[in-house]
Amino acid sequence: MIRPLEHIIIPLGLIAVGGLLGWSFFLAVTGEAGERLAAVALARVPDSGVSNPVTSVLLNFRAYDTLLELAVLLAALLGIWSLGAAAPGFQPAASVLDGMVNGFVPLLILSAGYMLWVGAYAPGGAFQAGALLGSAGVMLALAGHRNAGLPSEGRLRLLVALGVFVFAMTGLLLMVVGDGFLTYPPSLAKWLILLIETAATLSIGATLAAAYLGGRPAARPTTGETA
Amino acid sequence: MTGQVLYSQLFYGGSGIILVLLGLWSFLVHAPLLRKLIAINLMGAGVFHMLVAIAYRGIDTSPDPVPHALVLTGIVVAVSATALALAFGKRLDQDDD
Repeated sequence: MIRPLEHIIIPLGLIAVGGLLGWSFFLAVTGEAGERLAAVALARVPDSGVSNPVTSVLLNFRAYDTLLELAVLLAALLGIWSLGAAAPGFQPAASVLDGMVNGFVPLLILSAGYMLWVGAYAPGGAFQAGALLGSAGVMLALAGHRNAGLPSEGRLRLLVALGVFVFAMTGLLLMVVGDGFLTYPPSLAKWLILLIETAATLSIGATLAAAYLGGRPAARPTTGETA
Repeated sequence: MTGQVLYSQLFYGGSGIILVLLGLWSFLVHAPLLRKLIAINLMGAGVFHMLVAIAYRGIDTSPDPVPHALVLTGIVVAVSATALALAFGKRLDQDDD
């Protein structure tokens, strides 16, 4: 049975959209290469305090983008919390899964620290490290830990706000000193970026794990949990 | 050399366009919210493909860092939006019962 809307009209429209997209993509790739932002960004990388171009764009040249991105994560988590309590969680894992999780979670935390540090000169950085921390939380939740290894609600609130707080405070302090919002002095840039990234990593990891639980955390961890 | 870069860009970016179209079709045709959510994520993956393809400038030159930073930002926003949408969907299901 052929329904005209689903099987003829929409596909034809999509083919037209695809042709348009493909044509403009082809022009963008083959066209006259004008002044690209890449040349400007790559030329200033040595002044940014880190040698990985992507990190210097994220944390220095367009730092306010990254600040607002952390705010988006925080806003999403607040939205999730406002929709109700978390689901009761999974049953505790049997010994094989539990043993695997106990082995993997410390490894993930170690790798997150490595990712955070290596982001200064190679692919890596706060978001990758935060994703690893978040996945450690997801593993714990899947193995039956009610709070996914997260602290109690009061401390969790501090932890998820830490990234935005440190980022914004650094920017405001630099403004007071007279450099402008999030304009790092080159001599301090490396340490400021490391400070911001460390706070952001902790926040991102906690936010992702808390978002996975899908609601406000339980008031206190249930007794009998072997954390 | 430039020809090879161009072919890689067109191949990768073209795959991205196909992903966007598949996601858009699924988004328009299927009613369940979960399928729509997966479709939106598929479209996002297609857009990231295109941005990464535009950033590519050959195997021995460093890529354009600006689209890469955009993709990282985009992934985080997509994850946040997906998590929030799932929470909304769960709440809707609860209220239906």
